Amino acid sequence: MHMADALVSPVVGGTMWAVSAGALAYSSRKLSSTSTSGNAIPLMGVLGAFVFAAQMINFTIPGTGSSGHIGGGLLLSILLGPHAAMITMTSVLSIQALFFADGGLLALGANIFNLGFVPAFLAYPLVYRPLAGTTRNRPRLVAASITAAVLSLEFGAFLVALQTFFSGVTALPLPGFLLLMLPIHLGIGLVEGAVTAGLLLFVASSRPELLNSQVTPHMRKRGLVASVLIATVLVAGAISMMASSHPDGLEWSIEKLTGTTEIAGQESAAHRSLSKTQEKTSVLPDYGFRFHSAHTLVQKLQTPVAGLMGSAAVLLAGFGAGMLFRRKDRRAGQGGSH
Amino acid sequence: MSKAESFLLSLAHTNRLSSVHTGLHAIDPRAKVIATLAGILTIVSHDRYTLIGLLPYASYPLFLALWGQVPAGYVFSRLLVVSPFAVFVGIFNPLIDRTPLVQVYSITISAGWVSFLSLLLRFVLTVSAALVMVAVTGFREVCMALGRMHVPRAIVVQLLFLHRYISLIASEAARMIRAYRLRSFGSSGLSLKGYARLTGTLLLRSYDRAQRIYSAMLCRGFDGTIRVRNQLHFRSADTLFLAGWIAFFIMVRLVKPGEALTHF
Repeated sequence: MHMADALVSPVVGGTMWAVSAGALAYSSRKLSSTSTSGNAIPLMGVLGAFVFAAQMINFTIPGTGSSGHIGGGLLLSILLGPHAAMITMTSVLSIQALFFADGGLLALGANIFNLGFVPAFLAYPLVYRPLAGTTRNRPRLVAASITAAVLSLEFGAFLVALQTFFSGVTALPLPGFLLLMLPIHLGIGLVEGAVTAGLLLFVASSRPELLNSQVTPHMRKRGLVASVLIATVLVAGAISMMASSHPDGLEWSIEKLTGTTEIAGQESAAHRSLSKTQEKTSVLPDYGFRFHSAHTLVQKLQTPVAGLMGSAAVLLAGFGAGMLFRRKDRRAGQGGSH
Repeated sequence: MSKAESFLLSLAHTNRLSSVHTGLHAIDPRAKVIATLAGILTIVSHDRYTLIGLLPYASYPLFLALWGQVPAGYVFSRLLVVSPFAVFVGIFNPLIDRTPLVQVYSITISAGWVSFLSLLLRFVLTVSAALVMVAVTGFREVCMALGRMHVPRAIVVQLLFLHRYISLIASEAARMIRAYRLRSFGSSGLSLKGYARLTGTLLLRSYDRAQRIYSAMLCRGFDGTIRVRNQLHFRSADTLFLAGWIAFFIMVRLVKPGEALTHF
C-alpha cells in the first residue's frame, strides 16, 4: 500500500512530509540521547536489511493460493523500540522509493507516516505492549501481534484512502474507496500479525535474550500520552488543512451532488461571520478556486501560483520544524559532552 | 532465479549505472535531488484533467537518461512492477466519472478516461524522474546531499548502513532459499510455519552479523560517531543546472502549452 507520487497532491504530500519530518527529528534526537547499547547503529542497519530480505521470501497463504510477505513495521518496533524502528522503517521505505520506484519522493512522507509512524508510535505502544505484557505467554504474544498488526494495517489503509481522496486524483467516493481498501488490508494485517508472531516465537524459543535488547527505552506513560496527543493534533490539523485548502476532494464531491462547490443551505449568522473571517484571514482564499463559468469540470481546479505557493509554505514549515529540532539537538549534544 | 537473486541483480545494476563518469554524474547531488523534487512537485500540482500539459515534463527524465547513459529498459522494467496500485486507484475514474470532456471527430472521451490517463502519465513521469536521478547520482552521494541539507545524522547514517548491508543479507537469504528449494523437490512454496523458521534463522544470523560488525568497528577505533568526508562543492555548473530546470518547470507550469488542446 505504498503511495505513489502520482497519487498525492503537493499539499497532501507536503503536509505528510512535515508531519513525518517532525516525528523523525524527534526519533533521531531520542535515539542519539538515550540509546542504551553501542551497537545500535549496525543493528538497525542489519535489521533494516533483514526486513528487505524477508520481503523477498514468499510463503503460501493457506486456502487462497496467493503468496504473502512481511511489512516489518511492527516487528522492528518490538525488536528495536519505537524510535529506532521509526528510523529503520524510514530507511527501508527510502530505498524502496529510490531504487525500486515503490513509493516516491513526494509520497515518501505519507509512506513513512502510514507504514512507520503508525506501527511504531501507535500500534506498538498502544496495542501490542498492553496486550502482550511482560510475561512470556505464547497465546498472549500471538494475540497481541495479530491485533496490533491488523489495527496498524487497517489504520494505514484508512490513511492511504484519505490521502488519495484529498489529493483529488480519484473519482471514487471515500466510502467506496474505504470499502475496497479495508477488507483487503484486514487479510494483509492477519498475515502480517501471524508472521510477526511466528518470528517472535522462534526468537523466544532459541535466543530469548534478543527480545529484551531494544536500543531505545520504552516510552514512559507521560511521554506516550504526549506523543499520541501530538500525533492526533498533527493528523487532525493536517486533514483539516487538506480539506479546507484543497478543493478537489470534498468540494468536488459536494459539487457533483449539488451542482455548486459551496453548500447553499440555510446560513446561520455565525457561519456567515466565520466564513467572512476565513476569507479575510486566508492568504490563498479557497485555493484560487472560483466558480465562474458553467464548465466547472473543465475549469482549472486550482490556480498554479496558489498551488505552488501553498506547497512551498508547507515545505518551509517542515524544514523550519526540522531546523528547530536540530538546534535543540545540538544544544542537547553539547550539554551531554560535559 | 529467486526473488532475492533478481533483487541483488537489480541493486547491482543501479550501482553500476551510477559509477559511470559523465558530466551529469559530476553535477552536485544536491542540485539533482532538489531539481527532481521541484519537478515532481510541479507535475503533481497540475489538475487531474491535464494531459498534453504534462508532456513537456518528460524532457527532464529524458535529458538525465540520455546524458547519464541510463538505458530505457532500466526504467521500464521497474515501472511495470510497481504500477498495479496506481492503476487500481485510477481505473475507477472511467467507470464513475462519465461526463463528456473531449470530442475527437465522432468519439466522445469522458472526463474519467482523461483523468485516468493523466494519472498514469503522472505516474510514469514522477517515477522515471526519481529512478533516473538516483541512477545518475549514486546512493552514497544522495545520502551525502541529504546530510548537507540538514537531515538528522542518525537517519543519514542509517541509510548508508542499510545500503551497505542490504546486499549481504539478501545474498544470505538467496542462499537459504536455494538450499530450501534443492531439498524440497519441487514442492511449491513455503508454509507459514516454514517461513517463520527460515526467516527466523535469517533474523538470528542478522543479529550475529550486527554484533560482528560492531566488534570490527570497535577494533578500528569506532567511538560512536560516523565521520563522512565532505566532498561536495557547489559550483557554477551546479547552479546553472538547478536554476535552469526550476525555471523550466515554472515556465511549463505557468505557460501551459497544452491548454489549447486539452480544454475545448
